[in-house]
Amino acid sequence: MKQIVRKHPLAIRWFHWINFPVLGVMIWSGLLIYWANDVYKVGFGDKTLVKFFPKSFYDAFHIPFRLAEGMAYHFVFMWLFFLNGIIYVLYTIFSGEWKYLLPNRRSWKEAWLVLLHDLHMRKAKPPQGKYNAAQRIAYSAIIVMGIGSILTGLAIYKPVQFGWLTAIFGGYKMSRIIHFALTIGYALFFVIHIVQVIIAGWNNFRAMVTGFEVIKLQEDRVLQPGPLPVPAGPEIPDVPEVITTEQKTEDEEIRE
Amino acid sequence: MSNFLSNLLRNNQRLTVDQLIVKKTFVSFFFLFLFFGGCVWAWKWLRRQPLDSDIRGGIQQPLRDVLNTNELIFNKIFSKNHLTKTYAVSQAVRKVRFNGNIGLGNDFDTASWKLYVIKKNGDTLTLKLDDLKKLPKVDITFNFKCIEGWNQITHWGGVRFSDFLKAYGLTEESQMKYVGLVTPDEDYYVGIDMPSILHPQTILCYELNNHPLPMKEGYPLRLIIPVKYGIKHLKRIGTMYFSNNRPPDYWAERGYDYYAGL
Repeated sequence: MKQIVRKHPLAIRWFHWINFPVLGVMIWSGLLIYWANDVYKVGFGDKTLVKFFPKSFYDAFHIPFRLAEGMAYHFVFMWLFFLNGIIYVLYTIFSGEWKYLLPNRRSWKEAWLVLLHDLHMRKAKPPQGKYNAAQRIAYSAIIVMGIGSILTGLAIYKPVQFGWLTAIFGGYKMSRIIHFALTIGYALFFVIHIVQVIIAGWNNFRAMVTGFEVIKLQEDRVLQPGPLPVPAGPEIPDVPEVITTEQKTEDEEIRE
Repeated sequence: MSNFLSNLLRNNQRLTVDQLIVKKTFVSFFFLFLFFGGCVWAWKWLRRQPLDSDIRGGIQQPLRDVLNTNELIFNKIFSKNHLTKTYAVSQAVRKVRFNGNIGLGNDFDTASWKLYVIKKNGDTLTLKLDDLKKLPKVDITFNFKCIEGWNQITHWGGVRFSDFLKAYGLTEESQMKYVGLVTPDEDYYVGIDMPSILHPQTILCYELNNHPLPMKEGYPLRLIIPVKYGIKHLKRIGTMYFSNNRPPDYWAERGYDYYAGL
């Protein structure tokens, strides 16, 4: 017996899918801008480990000599990125969705268990709920990063009018570095996100489009057989407040 | 198949759970693909829009419209009391980065240089460098910001633009909306909004590191305007004029933001 369970509200699905192309345009136009003064690299001493970016990368994406175009797109699409982000944050606050998204005091420890589980170093599944602890941390961190991008962006865009903001981020140069580093952060987030979505499977992915997950129930547990209208479907239960003794023991075992 | 289509139209209450899952999945993905299709369509629409006509060329008109709107929005918070951060003279670099020679024609005759100021009534003021040097000298050490993304702490000296306008009785001119500056060879030209020109840190500059401007930095007179990107800091001013319409601007015609304000 299958049951339809509501997971993601319509608004959150829209914010998510709008952000995808908008952030794409912001990163692309940001690359067009960065190319004009591509000084960042990671290394130690004289040794360069990673140069941002190799010529082959620029050529593959037709980056060179498009600074003006990049700036034009960046300062147009920044409004969409900003508005979508602001409305998303306001929505999570007023709808109460923040309760599922913000890390709580258990999250830090549980996120560690999620990591061990995902790396196949620990068998037992950590508590999932709507979002597991690692997801809570990741999805909250990405919002902090988004706010960081907007503020460092403003600090670079108007460093005289918002001189105080530029100063908070350690000056013009440092604001640029943070702004760039956050973008690298998005790229890394994206890769991990995609891998996790593939591993989690179709039911989870479909929920980001349709809003619902399908759960299989044993016959004897179904109280009302027959089709269930979606609005009447139960919410996905969140992490239980109490950690069971069983889990506690496992945690302790890990510590030893 | 026909069963599936008829289910799409049927009331959800009359469907089994499996049929409902298929229906809702189909409808949601249909809208997702519609959204992505809309994004692709909007992108292609934007890319094929005519280039901006008001300052001939550069970028698609809708992009230019938003950049101009950005100017209106950020002008609201622009204040002549918002000063760029200044540094100790000792922090300024010795060797200033040279990044463009447009407007610095090779056949420039230093001896015959004069600053031509076209007044509102059509008269032309003709000034020598010494005329400007008679006015109170100010200097500024600030982080010069190139639109390419690099920046450099540099030390400049000259006369405050607003002092110059007052000293030569250009009060009516300073009520106008824009100042246009052109190099003697007319190859490089900028237009700058009046509030930025009247900003106290905007100077008509004739010294770099306490020495006369080097040739490649725009000898004998250039603009230093810390509230703008470097593209507006025109080297070697030949002609200055005033207008209520946007004067032509070299880099705006090549797709850059006209305002280019910081």
